[in-house]
Amino acid sequence: MKFRHINTIMQKELQGYFNSPLAYIFMAVFLVFTSWAFFRGVFLAGQAAMRGYFALLPWVFLLLIPAITMRQFSEERKMGTMEVLLTAPVTPWEAVLGKFFASFSFLLMNLIFSLIIPAILFIIGWPDWGTIAAGYLGALFLGAAYLAIGLFISSLADSQIISFILSAVFIFALFIIGDDAVLRAVPLSLVPIFKFLGLGVHFSSILRGVLDSRDVVYYALLVFLFLHLTVANIHNRRWR
Amino acid sequence: MNTIRVRNLRKKYSNTEALKGVSFEVDKGEIVGFLGPNGAGKTTTMKILSCFMAASSGEATVAGHDCFTHPLLVQQKLGYLPENNPLYPDMKVYEYLRYMAELHNVPSRHIKDRIKKVAEDCGFAEKIDHVIHNLSKGYRQRIGLGATLVHDPEILILDEPTVGLDPNQIVEIRGLIKKLGREKTVILCSHVLTEVEMTCNRIVIIDQGIIAASGTAAELRHTFDAHVKLKVVIRGEQAKALGILTAIPGVKNTDTYSVREKGAYGFVITVARNRDPRPEISRIVIENGLQLLEIHRELASLESIFNQVTTAS
Repeated sequence: MKFRHINTIMQKELQGYFNSPLAYIFMAVFLVFTSWAFFRGVFLAGQAAMRGYFALLPWVFLLLIPAITMRQFSEERKMGTMEVLLTAPVTPWEAVLGKFFASFSFLLMNLIFSLIIPAILFIIGWPDWGTIAAGYLGALFLGAAYLAIGLFISSLADSQIISFILSAVFIFALFIIGDDAVLRAVPLSLVPIFKFLGLGVHFSSILRGVLDSRDVVYYALLVFLFLHLTVANIHNRRWR
Repeated sequence: MNTIRVRNLRKKYSNTEALKGVSFEVDKGEIVGFLGPNGAGKTTTMKILSCFMAASSGEATVAGHDCFTHPLLVQQKLGYLPENNPLYPDMKVYEYLRYMAELHNVPSRHIKDRIKKVAEDCGFAEKIDHVIHNLSKGYRQRIGLGATLVHDPEILILDEPTVGLDPNQIVEIRGLIKKLGREKTVILCSHVLTEVEMTCNRIVIIDQGIIAASGTAAELRHTFDAHVKLKVVIRGEQAKALGILTAIPGVKNTDTYSVREKGAYGFVITVARNRDPRPEISRIVIENGLQLLEIHRELASLESIFNQVTTAS
């Protein structure tokens, strides 16, 4: 695996985001919507905390992240540039990691811009910086997981719209299977498994401010699994 | 040593067999035209050679490396222009070429020079800062070609490089391919016969997943010369002339056509394989008191060979 290839693909993809209006729309929607929801809460509750903000993030990500990932492989296949990419001496892992890191950097950029919210909090009050840091870390893990899933689905679907919808539906399903409402409906023996698999359970666990290694391992495994599936899918299409 | 060697290549899509045992070789420095009707298996073969896709069975080696076991080594030595020339429309020309150069492991310090060279060779230097999306089809084709050259590959595979271009652009691209062929091994896929005849020193005709014929244009003509025709114009009595011509040994069939000269008649004579009855014709026509005005030998065109080969099976 060559780092240079990953870097090249990542830069090209990032540049691609900013060549289309999508990136700017994404940033604007993300920042405006989350800030609005946040400040509405702050001024009503009168608390200098970001708990409400982070609780909202999974739902904002649910709609916005598939919008980042939907074009990644779908568009390459539709335009035929997949052939250009895969007939260069590049391994599928390099291509997949390049695209993943590009979308991850873009997400990181958004979260960095949103740091203006805690900055304001520190001016107007005394928030608990530990839970805020944990919240941002959790947001990165959660975002990475969403991105990996979205990337995998975009490698399956030729159409961006289908890729978007399937990703959103799949992420939603994986997010809520650990939810109490779902757990009540499943057999008792399956409850621990559902609880472990649910994206939401691990996120709220991190939000509490406790960084449990199990949550970190869960997200790392999930990201690796979906990146691996993407690579396998590309290999499979190639070697048949 | 063969630069490209393909042995008994088979490729099965879910329910159709696109390649049914294709074998051919390309020597270093050759420009080979890969000719066939649409759906014959040209593009499938090229996708296998470029390691985009694997064959169901068979063997393919490019520059001494196996396409299935060492795709990266093959791809490093290969410049491949896929069918329809896919490009990233949002990228600038320079960005795209740099991207391709980096993916093909061109050392950073050489990238600028290489891009400059291919931009000049392919004639798009003046558009280097433009967004690909805004360029004409002719420029895009040149950029696609330039991108396949940026890592200075030994071997070029070009799948229908002139489709959709206007006649002037076609001439330019062909000239470029010919120039490239002096240094590189080239496979040119096409269904345009004149293009292949003008640019390639050898032709491989593929049809319905098998190699139907292969050789230089001259060799192909020789093998498929059953259709050699003579056009003869004679002044005099038409019925008499027709009778004489038909009786000449080696003449298979005689048809008439009208010519604009007064009192003259045209005859199209189909000649039996490997016979040349021209001396006989001129002698007998004159002996019978007719005037022989013209005799013209029409070689089998590549079109007719192509027709013959691809409709026979």
